[in-house]
Order: sequence, then C-alpha cells, then structure tokens
Amino acid sequence: MAGLPLSRRARLTGAGDTPFGEIRGSSVLGLHSRAARAALADAGLAKGDVDGVLCAYSLVEPHLMLSSVVAEYLGIRPAYSLGMMLGGATGCAMVMQAAMLVESGRCRHVLVVAGDNRLTGMSRDVAVAALARVGHPQFEVPYGPNIPAYYGLVASRYLHEYGATPEQLACISVTMRQHAALHPGAHMRAPITVADVLASRMIARPLHLLDCCLVSDGACAVVVSAADASTGTRDSRVALLGAGQGHTHEHVSQAPSLTDFGCRQAASRALGEAGVTPADVDVAEIYDSFTITLLIELESMGFFPKGEAGPAIAGGALALGGALPTNTHGGLLSFGHSGAAGGLTHVVEAVRQLRGEADARQVPDARLAFVHGDGGVLSAHCSLVLARV
Amino acid sequence: MTEIGKPVPQPTPESQPYWDGCLRGELLYQRCAGCGRAQFYPRSACASCGGTALEWRRSEGRGTLHAVTVVYRPPSAAFRLDVPYAVALVDLDEGFRMMANVLSANPERVAIGDRVAVTFERRGEIALPQFQPCAPRDEDL
Repeated sequence: MAGLPLSRRARLTGAGDTPFGEIRGSSVLGLHSRAARAALADAGLAKGDVDGVLCAYSLVEPHLMLSSVVAEYLGIRPAYSLGMMLGGATGCAMVMQAAMLVESGRCRHVLVVAGDNRLTGMSRDVAVAALARVGHPQFEVPYGPNIPAYYGLVASRYLHEYGATPEQLACISVTMRQHAALHPGAHMRAPITVADVLASRMIARPLHLLDCCLVSDGACAVVVSAADASTGTRDSRVALLGAGQGHTHEHVSQAPSLTDFGCRQAASRALGEAGVTPADVDVAEIYDSFTITLLIELESMGFFPKGEAGPAIAGGALALGGALPTNTHGGLLSFGHSGAAGGLTHVVEAVRQLRGEADARQVPDARLAFVHGDGGVLSAHCSLVLARV
Repeated sequence: MTEIGKPVPQPTPESQPYWDGCLRGELLYQRCAGCGRAQFYPRSACASCGGTALEWRRSEGRGTLHAVTVVYRPPSAAFRLDVPYAVALVDLDEGFRMMANVLSANPERVAIGDRVAVTFERRGEIALPQFQPCAPRDEDL
C-alpha cells in the first residue's frame, strides 16, 4: 500500500507451478494442489501456516466458491478466503489483494493459486465457444467474432495508426519461443521463425495462429507473507514495492481507445508507488495473450514511445541480453496459457528471476521486475513492481 | 448469415425498444437530454453524466469503419459456412460506435475508413443490424 515503509511491505516467499502443456491424470483441483504444495515447499512453510486463500476460477470444473473448495481439498481452514474473477488480470490482482491482506495485519501467509486443464479437460471447440462469450451477448457475440477477432480489431487500428508490420508482430512470437526453449516446463519449445509465423494459418486478420497464445493444462501458486512473518521462510528477499490497477471497459466495442488502455493507469500507479520508472526495470513479465497485446501494452505503459516498440522488438529488445528482457519463461505464447494460471506464470517467473533461480534464462543480477496482467479485451489491468531487497 | 444455430440476442427491458426498432427497420440509439451525448448500447442511465432522461433517436444508419478484422476460424459451427467474414467497429455519423459484420462479397478488401450503411438480417425473432459498403457514388451525392 502507498506510503508503507519497506520494512512492512509484503514479501513473495513462495512460488510453485506444474509444467504447462498436456498434463493427463490430474483434475483441476489436483493441479491446484500440485502448485500449492510446490509453493509452500518453496517457502519452507506447512499448510497449517496458511491463514488466507485466494483462488480464481475454472472453466473445466466450475464452482460457485472455488476458494472454499480448494481450501477443503488441501485441508486448509483459513481465516480469510476469496474467489476472484478478472480474467487474465486475476493472477496479478490476487497478488495485490494478498499484499493488502498481509500489510493490513489481517493475514500472515496468503496462498494464491490458480489452475485449469483447458487442453485435456475440454474439447477445443468447447473452449473456443466458452471464451468467445467474453463478448457482449446482444451487441457483439451475434456477429461471430472468435477471441482473436477482438484483438484483430485492436491490431487493425494500431497498424493503421502507427504502421507496425505483421513481421514485427511475428518477432514477438519468435522471441517468446526462444525463451520457452530454455524452460523445461514450457508447453512449446521447438524453435520458430518469422516466416513460420507468417505462414501459419490466418485466424483473424492480421493475427496468424502463431500470433495467438496456447491452450494448456497447468497451475501456478505463490505465497504472499507479511514482512514480519517472512523471517521464518526459506527466502524472504522478494518484496512487492508497488501495485496498481486500471479499468476502462469490458467490451472492446466500448473501449475509449484501441491503441491506449487501462494498463497505462495500472503501470503508472504501480511504478509511482514503488518510486521507479520503466527505465529502472531489469526484467519484465507482461501479459501476451496475442502478439499485439504485448506490443500495445509495452507502449501504453511507457516502456517504448508510441510506434517504436515494433522496430525495437525486431531489433531484439525483448530477448535475453536485450534492452528489456521480457517474458523470460516464454509467456502465454510459448510457455503456455491455462486460464487464470496463465497470468500467474508471469509472477512465478519474476520471483525466480529476482532470486537468481532462472537457470539458463537468468537475467544477470535482476533486481527489479515489472509484472502485468490484463483480462477481457485489454479491459482489466493489474501491474506489480517486485524487487530483491 | 441466417441459418439456425447462430447466437440470437435476448432483449432485456433496457434494450427492448432498440430491438423493436430493428424489426421496423430503424436503427435506434439513446441520446442523453442532460449532457447531449449519444449512447450505445442502451442503458438505464447515461454512462457519461449519470442522467436518466434518455431519449430514443433514429440513426440515419451511415458510418465509417474505425477497426476491422476478417474471421477465418469460426467461433462455432454455426459460422462455418460464412468464413471469411468481416467483423468491424462502426462509428455512426450521430456519434456512437457499434460492432457488426460488413456484408461484402470481398471481405478481405474491407478497410478502415470505408463508408457503410445499415441493413437488417433476420435471425429468429430478431432483426440484427448489419452493414453494407456504400457505393462511392452514393457518398458523392
């Protein structure tokens, strides 16, 4: 929370995940359990230490009260429990919520967990149809947009105004795949080229299949601890220095702009609270549901001037060793995307980068990480600034 | 685009006058008597100033494409025979924006800035507003 001294700021003390991709033999709750146990083990905590549980939602096993069901499944009886739904922003928003719970003194250790098995738990047609309902039931869905079409509309306007090219968008997919190749848990690791992206099937102009995120099974969890409770954990060095949200619309036909989004306000609030600027960021983990999503967010949030992210990305800016190493795990485009867990992969990767535990993907001496999630069609935004302290 | 299985809008009390207008071949929108803003989609209050004195106005049904994509992979089997088809955000001349298909023989040539005019597609008990490209000479008149 704004104004808190570092000594009272929330710590991310545990991070855990399952591999992403095709994971057979596990229910949605089983995936939650695997990730939660991994995060608790990482923190050096027992489940009895957890007094807050935050969950998201599942398309495959929908529950009215998923956080209660997950806590029951894990055998945790928390003092605070909440299910949250902000689409792809849910992961970051849960971390923000957990931080408020521990910084207010309400909780000591909050378990944040999300997972789904959208690849093996439901048919692709059912998944596509379920996700397409993000549109307005009267004023959008009847016109037959698939999910990429909502982003194709955004991309059409951006390309019209700023002259980015499909080749520049394709460079994002290529970079994400290069990063995923260095992560043993990533869904897609085989190298791809710009030509591969442009030759892949057109889904919704100008977005090709390889401009679109994956549909994966997988789960992620983090433990957010009060600063004074974190001393007993395995590694308490990662602190949340700032968090912010921004919301301007839900339906793309109601968006006030198609080239500037609520991520601008979310990032400004988070960076301002942390007292840092985009230039201070060592590693970025930013929601990449489609190539255009990442391109527009990078500019809207101030990492590149308008119209300049495309050429910079083509020049390697987002790669390891580039000016702004981004989505070092491979992002939603190549590490994988499993509902609300997708946005949480970015948080887990940021924690590993800041601890120096990212192996071949490590950004040397990464001290400040920026994480961002968005839900809907660039509708709901949450930014986090994490630091090694 | 009329075969069975495509999503049919379910009117709400707030949107019923709009859908009734569509059945008469009229594209309606709300105008706030308080602040003068055109509003779409229909709501019970003005999303700009909060006022509740909303008037129904008839749009001339002409607009300009603000954004457009072409769908190649249908969201459901009901749209399978239609691909490729154009989905656009249309800025109506009266100052509101809506989503619709642009019904063109050449959807891949539909572009931002194109002028379009409303038409109505019967779907179940609903008449769904759609748009057709304006012939350039229509615009010159």
